[in-house]
Amino acid sequence: MSGETIDLAVVGAGPAGMAAAATAADLGLDVRLLDEQPWPGGQIHRGVDRLAGPKTTDDPDRAAGRALLHALRQSKADYRPRTCVWHVGPGDDGVFELGLRCDGAVALLRARHVLLATGSVERAMPIPGWTLPGVMTAGAAQSMLKASGLCPEGPIVMAGSGPLLYLCADQLAAVGADIRALLDTTPRGRYFRALRDLPAALRAPAVLRRGLGLLRAPARRGIPVHRHVEAVEAVGDLGVTGVRWRRGGRWDQTDCDHLLLHQGVQPHINLPRLAGCAMEWDDVQHCWKPETDDWGRSTVPGCWVAGDGAGIAGGEAASDFGRLAALGVAADLGALTREEAGRRATSHNRALAPLLAVRPFLDNLYRPDRAFMLPADGTLACRCEEMTAGDIRKAVADGCHAIEAVKQYTRCGMGACQGRMCGSTVPEVIADARGVPVSAVGTYSQRTPVKPLPLTELAKLDTVLNPPSTETAA
Amino acid sequence: MSQESLDIRFRRAVRRATGEVTVEVDGRPIAVGEEDTAAAAILLAGALPNRLSAVSGSPRAPYCMMGACFECLAEIDGVPLQQACLVQVADGMRIRTAKGSPT
Ligand code: FES
Repeated sequence: MSGETIDLAVVGAGPAGMAAAATAADLGLDVRLLDEQPWPGGQIHRGVDRLAGPKTTDDPDRAAGRALLHALRQSKADYRPRTCVWHVGPGDDGVFELGLRCDGAVALLRARHVLLATGSVERAMPIPGWTLPGVMTAGAAQSMLKASGLCPEGPIVMAGSGPLLYLCADQLAAVGADIRALLDTTPRGRYFRALRDLPAALRAPAVLRRGLGLLRAPARRGIPVHRHVEAVEAVGDLGVTGVRWRRGGRWDQTDCDHLLLHQGVQPHINLPRLAGCAMEWDDVQHCWKPETDDWGRSTVPGCWVAGDGAGIAGGEAASDFGRLAALGVAADLGALTREEAGRRATSHNRALAPLLAVRPFLDNLYRPDRAFMLPADGTLACRCEEMTAGDIRKAVADGCHAIEAVKQYTRCGMGACQGRMCGSTVPEVIADARGVPVSAVGTYSQRTPVKPLPLTELAKLDTVLNPPSTETAA
Repeated sequence: MSQESLDIRFRRAVRRATGEVTVEVDGRPIAVGEEDTAAAAILLAGALPNRLSAVSGSPRAPYCMMGACFECLAEIDGVPLQQACLVQVADGMRIRTAKGSPT
């Protein structure tokens, strides 16, 4: 292994990572930006470097993405696409070690500071039939459209809750998608409860206006919207052929070739968890997130978290959080005085204020509904190991109370996805079965490698990695 | 409701400025954008299911398109179990799915 040590390794080339890498490099730091995708932008700015998107209600994101990309390309940051980070943790001398894999070759990188900007993943929506071909997340369909200009062919049904569902419906409809129904599972009463947070949200009229425009977009495009849907099922054998749903106690159904699901997003915490960052439960967003200070500093010295990976605030906020973390790192490394960092932070914090003011309203409105987090006994909770919610309930009944015990017993969370798909459902089912709050159950611990790695490749590394922390929150 | 075979696919809705390359999906040539992923080629070709699950052999298809779910696994240029949503196509790339190799 080369003894090369850089100042800052940024993981994830979405808005937080791009902004952080450019800012830190402009301050003279030796920065490497690592990203698994072949192209920069993360999920929100996918394809920003090449494809002219369809004309939709929602264009401001594209301009923001182009500006971020331009700043990154102007900077001296060393951007590495197709690079999977399968290990991160402090080495013996306090310098971070990152295990990388690019084009089938593994390597180790040493960095004084590491910024984890791994964004969010869509929360699972484990309904009957959700593993059938033809069923995918709304975000996945949106990615295909943004990155490749592809659209599902034939009749489509969309189901779930949250702004992305409406945005995706609008974008797909704009290119002529045949959306037969939008099944909104946001429960009755949510709008009313969210109203108490409306005054604060009014500080961000532009954000609210954009949201309202989106909510009305499907109806304007002639897509039938069914609100307060209580249950959804994908029907089919080899692949999806239709969707059944219940509303006001009555079942209805329609044929389709595609079902796009969405149930909000949550921080992608596998790497912060592996690095040993302390986690906290966000009760309103109903998810775990790394504990961070105003600069994005985690509880592990030298390890920072920025963007949606530190708590969902959206792509626009993510870039400012990324810049704040870059300033923090630069100040710690002495590339910038504390005073100067503080002075520069002011403008970023000012930009963030309205974006954060609107969060309580959105978060309360789109709080995930228990009905879609607690699948029936026969429904798969874990796609990789094919464990049903009933299997998990049985494990709890057999005495497995801690999440790690359930994991050992059922193998949930030990498959290829390392808990990225079942990580929200399994704790929910355990908590429900034990009659305790889900925050008391904790979240899966993470081990190296966080992405499957052929052992033959791992063996080529001549350095022994320090075992990461494995304690759980339970 | 039983199905004999599956025909679920995506279509090109937005034309792009970048060039085209030809890849093979289960032995059939298909033109794709040079900056598409192998998973995009699979969806355009309607080569679903691209994999059968390890435990029960149930049909699966790309689900997240962002490297998280591992449902897009396919054989690419002879290397099995590649995450097709993270691999950029190249001219002459050979992609093999479960649909093209029935067991
Ligand atoms: S589609 Fe989920 S990992 Fe590729």
